[in-house]
Amino acid sequence: MSGIVGYGAHVPIYRIKVEEIAKVWGEDANAIKAGLNLKEKSVPGRDENAATIAVEAARRAVFHSGIDVKKLGAVYVGSESHPYAVKPTATVVIESIMASNNIMAADLEFACKAGTAGVQISMGLVDSGMIEYGMGIGTDTSQGRPGDALEYTASAGGAAFIIGREKKEIIANIIKTVSYTSDTPDFWRREGAAFPTHSGRFTGEPGYFRHTTNATKLLFENTGLKPADFAYAVFHQPNGKFPVMVAKQLGFSDAQIAPGLLTPLIGNTYSGASMLGLAATLDISKPGDKIMVTSFGSGAGSDSFAIEVTDNIDSKRSRITGVRKLMETNKKYVDYATYLKDKDFIKGR
Amino acid sequence: MEKPSASLWRKIGARYNIIGSECKTCGAKHFPPRIVCRKCGRETKMVDKKFTGNGEVVSFTKIMVPPDMFKDEAPYIVGIIALDEGPKVEGHIIDNGKAIEIGTKVRAVFRTMYVDGDEGPIYYHYKFEPV
Ligand SMILES: [Zn+2]
Repeated sequence: MSGIVGYGAHVPIYRIKVEEIAKVWGEDANAIKAGLNLKEKSVPGRDENAATIAVEAARRAVFHSGIDVKKLGAVYVGSESHPYAVKPTATVVIESIMASNNIMAADLEFACKAGTAGVQISMGLVDSGMIEYGMGIGTDTSQGRPGDALEYTASAGGAAFIIGREKKEIIANIIKTVSYTSDTPDFWRREGAAFPTHSGRFTGEPGYFRHTTNATKLLFENTGLKPADFAYAVFHQPNGKFPVMVAKQLGFSDAQIAPGLLTPLIGNTYSGASMLGLAATLDISKPGDKIMVTSFGSGAGSDSFAIEVTDNIDSKRSRITGVRKLMETNKKYVDYATYLKDKDFIKGR
Repeated sequence: MEKPSASLWRKIGARYNIIGSECKTCGAKHFPPRIVCRKCGRETKMVDKKFTGNGEVVSFTKIMVPPDMFKDEAPYIVGIIALDEGPKVEGHIIDNGKAIEIGTKVRAVFRTMYVDGDEGPIYYHYKFEPV
C-alpha cells in the first residue's frame, strides 16, 4: 500500500491586508474580515508564478523524503494558473529537481483540487508497480478580478507530496481515497480570460458543501471510520468560513481542523490550499494520528483521503521547514499599488 | 534577450540548478561550466558539479536604471556571490526584507528571470535571497 514519503511547501513572503484592499473599494474591512474569517492573503513576488512555487515545494519535498530523485517515476502538477496555456509546468519541475528524463509528467487542471488528483494518480501508479515514486503538486497564483469579492482571498502558494510504497520510508499511510464529482457550473475561467467568473452565492451550497460533504461521507462508508477516529481534519478553504462550517456539519471539532486552517492568514491558495493544510497538519502530527483530508475543486469535485501517520515521521522531521514557520519568516506587506504592479494589472505599460 | 535556442537550452542545468564543472586533475571548481581547466589545460578531466547555491555576498549594487527587459523590476539588486564551494557568480538578490551587506549569507531560489511579452517564452533562473 502506498503512502507519503515526503512533502514540501512554499508560500510567497508578500502579504496584503484586507484593510488595504477594502479602502480602495470603499468597503468595510472589519465586516469583510469577519464575513470571510480572513485577515490577509499571500501575494506572489513579481518573479514568482505557479511553476516557481511548484519548484520550491518540490525541492523541499525531495529533500524531506531522502529518496534518490532519479527513481522518481512521475510528476503531476495541478494548477488553475499554469504559466503557459500550452507548455507544461511539470517539465520545469523535473528539470529543476534534477529528476531522470525517463519520467511520466503532465499538468492537471481541476480548479482547486488538481493537486490532490495528482496524488491519487501517483498512488495508482505506485500501487500497480508501474513506478517506484510519484509526485503530486498543487500550486497556484490565483487571480481575483480587481473589485471582486475574490480579490480578498485569491492568493498564492503550493505543496508537493511524494508517494512511495517502501514501508520504512513512509511517514503517513494513505488508507483510502475516494472522490465525488459532478458537472456544476459554480466557477470557471474561459481560455484567454484573465479572471475567473463565479456564480456568486450559488457557489457555496451546490458546489463546495455538496461535494465536500458527499466525498467525506463516502470516505466514512468505505473505511468505517468516523470523525472521532481522526486526530485532525483538513478541508479545502476558499475562505476562512466554509471549512469551519462544513467541519461542524460533518461532526468535526474546531480543534481538529485548527492546525490545517491556513486561509485566515494566507488566503485561498487554490490548488495549494488543502495540500498546504495537510502539510501543516503533518508538521505537528504524532505516529498513529489519523488525518482526514477533503479537497474541493469547482466544476466540481472533491477528493477525500484517510491518512495514518507512521513512526517514520519523527526521524524525517529535522529535514523539513514547517509550513507555519515558512508563513511567518520574512513576511513583507505590500500596498495596493505595488500589488497591482506586481500582478501586471496596470494597463498601458 | 536571446530567443529559445539550442545554446540557451543547453544552459538549463546551469540556470536552474547552478551546475558547473570540477576538474578532477586539480580539484578546481568552475561556474559557469568550463571545458578546459585554467590551470591544467590539456590535462583537464572535467566533470559536472552541482553547487549548493549557498554562499555570501562579495559585492552588490542597486540597479535604478535597468536595461529595457527589466524596466518593470527596478529598483533591484545585483551582486557577486562567493559560493561556499569557491566560485564567484553574478546574480539577482531578492529583497526579502533582510539587510543586504557584504558578507550577508544567501541561498539560491528558483524564480522567473524574464517574461518575453504576452506571447514569448518565460525564462527561469536561480536568484539569491538573504538567509
Ligand atoms: Zn584543473
